[in-house]
Amino acid sequence: MAKDIGTSPDEVQFRFRDDEPVDHGTVTVDSALDQTNATAVRIEPGDDARLLLPFLDRLALIEVNFPSFGDGRGYSSARILREAGYTGELRAVGDVLVDQLSHMRRCGFDSFAPDTPLDPEDAARAFATWDNVYQAAADSRPTIARLRHEA
Amino acid sequence: MYLYDHYDQAMVDARVAEFRDQARRRLEGKLTEDQFKPLRLMNGLYLQLHAYMLRVAIPYGTLNSRQMEVLADIADKYDRGYGHFTTRQNIQYNWIKLEDAGDILADLASVEMHAIQTSGNCIRNISADHFAGAAADEVADPRPYAELMRQWSSFHPEFSYLPRKFKIAVIASAKDRAAMRLHDIGIRIVKRGNDSGGELGAQFYAGGGMGRTPMIAPLIRDFVPLDQLITYAEACLRVYNRYGRRDNKYKARIKILVHELGAAEYTRQVEEEFAHMLEQGVEPPREELARIAAFFADPPFVDAPKSIDRSNPAFDAWVKANTHRHKHDSYVSAVISLKPAGGIPGDATAEQMRVMARLAKQYSFDELRVMHTQNVLLPHVAIADLPAVWAALDAAGLAAANMDSIEDIIACPGLDYCSLANARSIPLAQRISEKFAATGKSAALGELKLKISGCINACGHHHAGHIGILGVDKKGRENYQLSLGGSEAEDVSLAKITGPGFDEDGVIAAVEKVTDVYLARREDGERFLDTYRRIGMEPFKEALYA
Repeated sequence: MAKDIGTSPDEVQFRFRDDEPVDHGTVTVDSALDQTNATAVRIEPGDDARLLLPFLDRLALIEVNFPSFGDGRGYSSARILREAGYTGELRAVGDVLVDQLSHMRRCGFDSFAPDTPLDPEDAARAFATWDNVYQAAADSRPTIARLRHEA
Repeated sequence: MYLYDHYDQAMVDARVAEFRDQARRRLEGKLTEDQFKPLRLMNGLYLQLHAYMLRVAIPYGTLNSRQMEVLADIADKYDRGYGHFTTRQNIQYNWIKLEDAGDILADLASVEMHAIQTSGNCIRNISADHFAGAAADEVADPRPYAELMRQWSSFHPEFSYLPRKFKIAVIASAKDRAAMRLHDIGIRIVKRGNDSGGELGAQFYAGGGMGRTPMIAPLIRDFVPLDQLITYAEACLRVYNRYGRRDNKYKARIKILVHELGAAEYTRQVEEEFAHMLEQGVEPPREELARIAAFFADPPFVDAPKSIDRSNPAFDAWVKANTHRHKHDSYVSAVISLKPAGGIPGDATAEQMRVMARLAKQYSFDELRVMHTQNVLLPHVAIADLPAVWAALDAAGLAAANMDSIEDIIACPGLDYCSLANARSIPLAQRISEKFAATGKSAALGELKLKISGCINACGHHHAGHIGILGVDKKGRENYQLSLGGSEAEDVSLAKITGPGFDEDGVIAAVEKVTDVYLARREDGERFLDTYRRIGMEPFKEALYA
């Protein structure tokens, strides 16, 4: 049995889901590939998120670790998982800061477990930074270009 | 030119509010300097040797007189009365106070401008051919595609923390006036099929760049349909974001990824991602491109006299050197040189900016361009108006007739401003242009592109200079390496170092020596670069080191 390595639900500061959080930790991508019963996985920046695609339907929690906020690979991992139809919890963990929240949310993250808890007011403002958006992303918001050409 | 609608304005306004909030949290100690730094960089704010520097975006180099006037006002109000136009068609202010930055961004937003993503590890301001919409040789105006990409790349949720900075240039003619293949992605709009009914598409080049490891971007796709342009760019960026190196900042640009994987393997991965992205519906609707393109419709050109009195030799020299063929034969594009002999390349005073704004309004359908050569362009001037334009420029010290001559030097700010520099660039440029202007040799030398960088980051494009100069630190003294044979144009090549470096006086003498070799050896119609390519490095080396 691989050792649980992830955050606990207690460490989640923001969550945009109504279902019950997974009550145990996550395993590495390598372990998840070997263990047919794993339901919670943690992706590190160098991991290929696409390795998880064959068994997304048994996963309830995927954590994407940001050891350093400047390493943006996790944004691609998140979008790839959502593009493949993953509907479980997608949690950003690690060096998660106020000014990255809005982009993370757009890439499909729906829970956040920052290493250092964030000021809730600052975070609320950050989540609401953009009234509208230019790009299509994992949050399915209509883009500005689409809004411009709606009948 | 493009005008914001309420969506664009809201995005820029939101960014100003966001930046003010970030600056507040920095002052309250909620953000460390390490956390704040990438945020201020993504708003164009650098900490330099003496002060903060603010880089303002001028998307694809296009601006109107009102915007130029605000740039002048900012220079007066928040800086020391001047600004510096850059090789990526932006403007930099060198003496900014951090506490003024929010107000400056708000002033910019009032005229549909911003400093978004002019720095940082994100997609930078999109540049384009400075003659776009005016050149006789383009298959289309590249700016609608650049504007589409500006919107796509602004605040991109997936690509705001890339391994390293990412620069995109868009051109639409066989001639390359934007150093397209020295960009992370270079796009050339091309026409497939016959001239009358040909279909437009985009060639993609990926993995070019200057810096300490210069690379020329290979072609990775010879035709991307224009209604898949954003999707293809998204695929290129995703492969880079996932696999670009992050272990070493000097190996993090996409050129290293493309080089290490090989162009064929990078292309294969992009094509695979592209096939996937096509299913995701990320492309803006086709009507959006049409909406943007409508803003770039031709101004109302009218037939007018094409011959003018050129008996004044100074005026005649300026017309010869500084005007460029226009698609309408009653007009030309007129280059305003920011390279007066002995001047600082790319600098303009607030007063000069106002003169340029006024001339644009009066004579160029209210349009100006910032050129990648650090000059400013009046894109659409009626030939009949050239005497009046020249007279006004001359009175403002803006009529140097030296486009593409050895005086038209590209130089980085160097050790006079930049915290990365090893040597000064500006004084060297000043001395060289002064010297060649004084001897009157510039005209005889013809097209000769001299480019100076004050460190290996190569902001002064020395790798792409017909003559390049790189300033290095040699045991605490400034030392300058000379290189020959580079080009940023359609005949793109990287310059080669001549040999041991020189001190400041020595490198100026060396430049003179290599130009003498050219004058002695050139054949009919050859530019310096052509002669170098024909005769090779040896004759130049002999003159320099014998």
